[in-house]
Amino acid sequence: MSQIVLLGPQRHQPTVASVLAGLGLGNGDLAVVTAGWQEREGEVDELADHVRRPVTNLHLHHRAESLFERSPQLFQALRQRQNRLRELQRLHRLRLDYVLKPARRLLRRSAPSEFLDEERREALDAVRHLDARHEERLGRIHREFDEQWQESFQDAIQRDRAEIAEILSNSSALAIAGGHVAVLLNRLRLFGITELRGELPIVAWSAGAMVLGKKVVLFHDRPPQGAGNAEVLETGLGLFDDVLPLPHASYRLRLEDPVRVSLFVRRFAPAACVTLDPGDQLALSQGHWQSSPSTRQLLADGGVSAFREGS
Amino acid sequence: MNIHLQELLASTPSAAALDAFIAEHDFPLVDESAVTFVYRGEADQVELRHFVYGLESAQPFSRVPGTDLWLRTLTLPANSRVEYKFDVIREGRHNWIRDPLNPDLAFDPFGANSVCSCSGYQRPDWTFEDPEARKGSIEAIDLESRAFGEQRPLQIYLPARYRPSRSYPLLVVHDGDDYLRYSGLDTVLDNLIHRLEIPPLVVALTTSPDRLKEYAADPAHASFVVEDLLPMMEERYSLISEADSRCLMGASFGGVATLSTAWRFPGVFGRLLLQSGSFAFTDIGNHERGPAFDPVVEFVNAFRKQPGKPTNRAFLSCGMHESLIYENRSLIPILQKAGLEVRFEEARDGHNWENWRDRLRKGLSWLFPGPLWMVYE
Repeated sequence: MSQIVLLGPQRHQPTVASVLAGLGLGNGDLAVVTAGWQEREGEVDELADHVRRPVTNLHLHHRAESLFERSPQLFQALRQRQNRLRELQRLHRLRLDYVLKPARRLLRRSAPSEFLDEERREALDAVRHLDARHEERLGRIHREFDEQWQESFQDAIQRDRAEIAEILSNSSALAIAGGHVAVLLNRLRLFGITELRGELPIVAWSAGAMVLGKKVVLFHDRPPQGAGNAEVLETGLGLFDDVLPLPHASYRLRLEDPVRVSLFVRRFAPAACVTLDPGDQLALSQGHWQSSPSTRQLLADGGVSAFREGS
Repeated sequence: MNIHLQELLASTPSAAALDAFIAEHDFPLVDESAVTFVYRGEADQVELRHFVYGLESAQPFSRVPGTDLWLRTLTLPANSRVEYKFDVIREGRHNWIRDPLNPDLAFDPFGANSVCSCSGYQRPDWTFEDPEARKGSIEAIDLESRAFGEQRPLQIYLPARYRPSRSYPLLVVHDGDDYLRYSGLDTVLDNLIHRLEIPPLVVALTTSPDRLKEYAADPAHASFVVEDLLPMMEERYSLISEADSRCLMGASFGGVATLSTAWRFPGVFGRLLLQSGSFAFTDIGNHERGPAFDPVVEFVNAFRKQPGKPTNRAFLSCGMHESLIYENRSLIPILQKAGLEVRFEEARDGHNWENWRDRLRKGLSWLFPGPLWMVYE
């Protein structure tokens, strides 16, 4: 099994170069996906300077825009799918708020009660059930899209896929940068990057790390309009299912609030909720995770500790 | 009175002991729900001049017998922020000065006031320059105005990494120079954009040579904004041509200019940010706010009678220490009844630029939510 390395944000504390060096890739070319940067996709000079090796941008954002111009039918079909996903998300959010509130309030209750454990468990089950149903519906939308359209659009996408495959075959690793998580995921999915990459090692950070897992969870406990509810946005690319990467966790999450931490962990268990703050690193190799010392894991008891696989 | 000061005075302190106390403490002395203002010096009388509507605007100090120490304790609720001066009176002459013991100042077009931050108030972190936030740029341009028959200077804020290939929401600001100078609007924009709490915006910062006339619901001003400024901005910059991506904002008379422009041209601006709007009105009889308010009252009365639907979403803020709090509160049900989405924030602050600064995050991020949930750089 090839290697996957997940990293924290790279803007102020870049570690990609040292990670690539540690993978023993020599000076081989680096294929990069910066589609999450959207129209700034091409601005990879800083990254190229940092990694000090030839960098080839897959230009997935630009390729998608050109493809949409060439194939309006594909564009319409994708837009329709996105509209369905958005509508589903809107409705999901309404229900989510109503199941998360009691779960949080029950976890905050400290008065002893013979019923408390049972009520907490059932409140949590309600949240997990809602998430599971949401994931099923997301999966159904993607399946329906693939069944209806995938074959008819193969020809339109083929040229880009062939070019991407050629680049990847000449590269020693694939780097996936962060940015807009939905845009990034859609572009990676559109061009089938996980299939094309074969056994190429992946180094991904921030949103790039989020999209590789089984599900993509949005989270922010400090938005200006009050604390938000983490929500499952999408099914991810599924390269692993036992870790939920949390970029900028120290800033975005109230890690000092044991109730919020505990609910977050129990909600997404058995996946380990792992911080990806600047300098953090989590590597999957031969089916096992290894982490840098700074990388932490949220715990079911509401605490946060150094990441240990299987804990 | 502050307990430490009480203890000191009970000991009949020497001048040196007073000096030491003053050197060791920050002033005014802030306790849970009271503030003790301290002045030291010769005077016949000292008064605290503050800008809190509802309290006597001149609060006399008491002199501590046998010393040149003057004290005034005021009960102020937690989270209050009060701007003030001292009136030092000697031989009938009044001298308004800033508190010599308090380095905290707030500036406005008339100079500067001392600032008392009561318990619980903290200047928001997003109002300070953040070295990590990329800075936008400001360019000055002149606009030939048909509405006013002359050139008008403008400043344009472009967000960091502005690129013409992308389309941006537009924010039009009344009293733009003052918002930059006294509310640090450019820093706030840089920070909120950096934090992804608002999207990158293009901001037109307008200013008026006669704001009391032009901002007082003057139809020429509304034409200037909609028929001169907006087309120029859309031609010159890459903007999203939708009402919901356009916001008009202003404070005080600038709030009146904002609402009256939206009222005269409904549907052009889908977002309004109204800060301490001077929305004076009468139910019967005459107002007592002076002649500058005549056209304002006429407009607000007409608006209250027939608001129409000037915009889709409006964020209002007002200080509880302002005389305008009643007028602003009164506007909310009218806007809601007109079918607008409305949010209103009150703060224990006055009619000043730092109050307006502190409300910008809530207002802008609600009117133009940023992509912070979706972006993980």
